[in-house]
Amino acid sequence: MADPIDSLMGFATQAYAVADAEVRKLRHDPSELLTRAIQPAIWLVLFGEVMAQVRGLTTDNGRYLDFLAPGILAQSVLFAAIFYGIAAIWERDLGVLHRYMVSPAPRSALVIGKAVSSAVRRLSQAAMVYLLALLLGISVDLDPIHLAAAIGMIALGSGLFSTFSLIIACIVRTRERFMGIGQVLTMPIFFASNAIYPIDIMPRWLKVVSLANPLTYEVDALRALMLVGNTSRYGLAADFIMLAAIAAVMIVIAARIYPRLTM
Amino acid sequence: MDTSPLPKPNFLIETKRLSKSFGDRPAVDQVDLRVGAGEIFGLIGPNGAGKSTLIKMLTTLLPPTSGDAFIAGFDLRRQSRDVRAAIGYVPQLVSADGALTGYENLLLSARLYLIPRLEQAARIKEALEMTGLTEAADRLAQHYSGGMLRRLEIAQSTLHRPRLLVMDEPTVGLDPVARDMVWDHVRDLRARLGTTILLTTHVMQEVDALCDKVGILHRGKLVESGTPAELKASIGPKATLDDVFAAVAGKEADASGDYRDIRQTRRSAVNG
Repeated sequence: MADPIDSLMGFATQAYAVADAEVRKLRHDPSELLTRAIQPAIWLVLFGEVMAQVRGLTTDNGRYLDFLAPGILAQSVLFAAIFYGIAAIWERDLGVLHRYMVSPAPRSALVIGKAVSSAVRRLSQAAMVYLLALLLGISVDLDPIHLAAAIGMIALGSGLFSTFSLIIACIVRTRERFMGIGQVLTMPIFFASNAIYPIDIMPRWLKVVSLANPLTYEVDALRALMLVGNTSRYGLAADFIMLAAIAAVMIVIAARIYPRLTM
Repeated sequence: MDTSPLPKPNFLIETKRLSKSFGDRPAVDQVDLRVGAGEIFGLIGPNGAGKSTLIKMLTTLLPPTSGDAFIAGFDLRRQSRDVRAAIGYVPQLVSADGALTGYENLLLSARLYLIPRLEQAARIKEALEMTGLTEAADRLAQHYSGGMLRRLEIAQSTLHRPRLLVMDEPTVGLDPVARDMVWDHVRDLRARLGTTILLTTHVMQEVDALCDKVGILHRGKLVESGTPAELKASIGPKATLDDVFAAVAGKEADASGDYRDIRQTRRSAVNG
């Protein structure tokens, strides 16, 4: 215990244990990946193709569908991650969570392991959206460095929103209440962001809200990283720092209140 | 590692006026429980007597309202991480992950308890053999029978060789054959590793078959504690544990217990 390197290695092992277990579950039953790909397809094909006809929505250069694709990518990650808390409550109801909670693993290691596992799930989902975007003829940036950076941003955003969801789960504690709250939370986060329209056309108060919304920074980074020739508005470093800082705060809070689920 | 203040080391569990209240309602009320090293201790009592609350406190899941407890020499309040490393816990609910194989469940536990990498494979192999699950190791746990699941959970909870194993109604919902296998396994654990075992049960037969000592919890208080023979003798020459239980719990035996309690017991039974 005294050796800090030992402690750190132990912490990493325990976080990895949690994440690895989730990835193994996904391998046993990958059907979730396909069903998760349907929603972004609907947004891009139905919503995107129609809204592309609206004048005024198209930004600086190019097509609305190009503008929309990174937003829908971030959205599909958000929608899946924000309901992650349901799984936490479900694990509690089953009894599986008790096994985690009585283990000597620090709660923060459990929370980080869960966040990483959520990131892995969302990344496989993001791959589907990339594929879809290519099929729709969107000028997708396949530069390896940009792809790697996009992977980092998606993982960070997914970890952030899933941990936020875990916090909500620890507060509401039942699946029924969570379903109600989850719906209420998703829409404002989604609409009060730059995901499907530029912030410039928003009324002033909504602009302020959008700038406090982590989704805005995720989408901003993804616009630069996913599309050929696009730049980010706030700077990739700023996007990254915003997301990382909020994610860190979420993890600290979640580690504190996670044990409330099994009380 | 700071292990002061140490209790008498021959007690694996020693609680001092341990209490938990929910609002005004005391669920566990000033319990002084002592479980000696190497004992199999059975905790009985009617539904709602506070067994689950007491177990949750002893396994660090629930912080006590007042009082103290020492588990394997560690202070429950201040050294909860050390307590968790020293104990194994088999909850009443199904705690093995059905979406993972038996092997994967064990691997998860091995990593969470930081069993050295080089030892992991050997420990898991041994645990699978001990519980008769070697054949089923690569099947998803959701396809296991109730008895197999219980044995897997015990294997998961003892992989790190805990000094104390806590089991919440370990045989509820099991058929007699599966139940006997669990009993054999529990006895074997104690014989091989000297593991101290605390279990809760509603089945007096289980107390007779397994337990060296028994404690009766009623309305949050530990009202009796001793060997099964002592408790029977205190009632009468031909008394059974059922008589002891009835004498303590009396007519109210069925009047308490809340919905959640019942729901959990039933679900465990269904899953078994």
